[in-house]
Amino acid sequence: MRRDWPFWAGAAATVALAAAVGLSGANEYFFYASFVVLQFVVLATAWNILGGYAGYVNFGTAAFFGIGAYTAVVLFKAAGAPLAVQILAAAAISGLLGFGTGLLTLRLRGIFFSIATVAVIFIMETAMVNWRYVGGATGVQLLRPPVMEPFESYTRMLFVVMAILAVIAVSIARYIEVSWIGRGLRAIRDSEEAAECFGVPTLQLKLFACTVSGALMGAAGAAMPMYMSFIEPPSSFSLTYSVSALAMPMIGGTSHWLGPVIGAILLGSVQQIVTVTISNEINVLVVGVLLVVFVVAAPDGILGLLKRLKWLLRSSR
Amino acid sequence: MAAPLLQVRGVSKHFGGFTALSEVSLEVVEGERFGLIGPNGSGKTTLINCVSGALRNEGGSIVFRGEEISRLAAYQRTRRGIARSFQIPRPFHSMSVLENLVVPLEYVVHLNDADAHAEALRILKTIGLADKAATLSNRLSQVELRKLELARAMAARPRLLISDEAMAGLAGNEVDEVLEILFKLNETGITIIMIEHIMQAVMRFSQRVICLDAGKIICEGTPASIVKDAEVQRAYLGA
Repeated sequence: MRRDWPFWAGAAATVALAAAVGLSGANEYFFYASFVVLQFVVLATAWNILGGYAGYVNFGTAAFFGIGAYTAVVLFKAAGAPLAVQILAAAAISGLLGFGTGLLTLRLRGIFFSIATVAVIFIMETAMVNWRYVGGATGVQLLRPPVMEPFESYTRMLFVVMAILAVIAVSIARYIEVSWIGRGLRAIRDSEEAAECFGVPTLQLKLFACTVSGALMGAAGAAMPMYMSFIEPPSSFSLTYSVSALAMPMIGGTSHWLGPVIGAILLGSVQQIVTVTISNEINVLVVGVLLVVFVVAAPDGILGLLKRLKWLLRSSR
Repeated sequence: MAAPLLQVRGVSKHFGGFTALSEVSLEVVEGERFGLIGPNGSGKTTLINCVSGALRNEGGSIVFRGEEISRLAAYQRTRRGIARSFQIPRPFHSMSVLENLVVPLEYVVHLNDADAHAEALRILKTIGLADKAATLSNRLSQVELRKLELARAMAARPRLLISDEAMAGLAGNEVDEVLEILFKLNETGITIIMIEHIMQAVMRFSQRVICLDAGKIICEGTPASIVKDAEVQRAYLGA
């Protein structure tokens, strides 16, 4: 029987540590930057459920993320909904978008599927640009509600919320990976025709993965408007989210739930450092360079590299 | 006479302007060892792709155990008892040999994780691959890959097993090994359709043979009668 307790102990420790840090006297910028890194942990983990396990490369992350953000804004504007409700509703709406997108596109394979997912970003962005209620093309300024006790600032609270979301996302991804669902998704990635011929309901499994992936991306986006106190279509539906969410699992390793976490922490942290020390514009360049380096030198990511090193050390003994 | 397990009636398939199958009809009875031969491009693989659900037939009907299955997805046909091996082995290469069998055991037989692993190991023992259980399937030799294809098909607990050139590229003793496995499977009650270019193997194994040429059945009969047929000799045996 697989031992699960180390994972759950680690998950509980992560949440406890995030709460402790959130209540500590650490510099406010730390929370501002860490929020983004944790958000990328959620996005990369979500991407990996469909892209890594099933091998369907989704370029539409920004669409699910943006719709999650706008769902939160609509609920906040219309009913002053609390953050937890915004996140749950965003996950539901983005999950539905994932299901619908999957229904329309998952019969396509390879590059055709990927191109179709890019189109979803432009459709969603155009819809928001033309919706006056959420500010249209110019966006809308949001006034943060009072922060909940015992947090000192809203950013600190958002940091803890995003840490919890990251733990939930990783737990879901890990469950999928080690269960029969994950085995079915891997079978699809290895040979979709063989998978179907050996009983795997490929379309249903891909739809499930697309829905869960979309829901988690939406949940990650829901906290964004309050984090920025502002929302506008170009930044909410930025292709940078799509590229980063794809690059992080590739760098960390797509075959294991830990890969996207490692990739997101590494790449997210480097991006934050580059933003502060050099320029925000260099971020995308950093992602691109790292992605090329890893695709060429370590196609199985950091985890694959470590596995190969372990094997080399063992065989040299 | 035993009841028909599979009835293919007037099945056609076109790829653009090319007719791959033209109103093919055949019947396979329960427990039979059935051979399907024909030159390259004659439509053998297209026919079994239509039966297994990898392709949709354009005309006619395919009835399995009394049920029309033409509109069913491939995974639904597998769950009804049709399993196949692939001409070019298609293992789940990121998985171990054992896990390759766990997939159909979980998705077709609906065993839980522990039972599926135990059953997969039992099948690997019967097929002679138990020592490779933990090996990644992309590290297997050609004959081991062929055995894995058959083991994976066995794991789906089929009533009908379609073996698509399971002996292609194998040496003489390896052909005997695979043939032995197919005989054993048939003894357990599994009906087998064998597609093969190795004529000695087809002759030894099959009780009845059909020869396809240009998408049409040109001859049907016992192995002995098939090799004497002038049409078969012209189209396939190179006489």
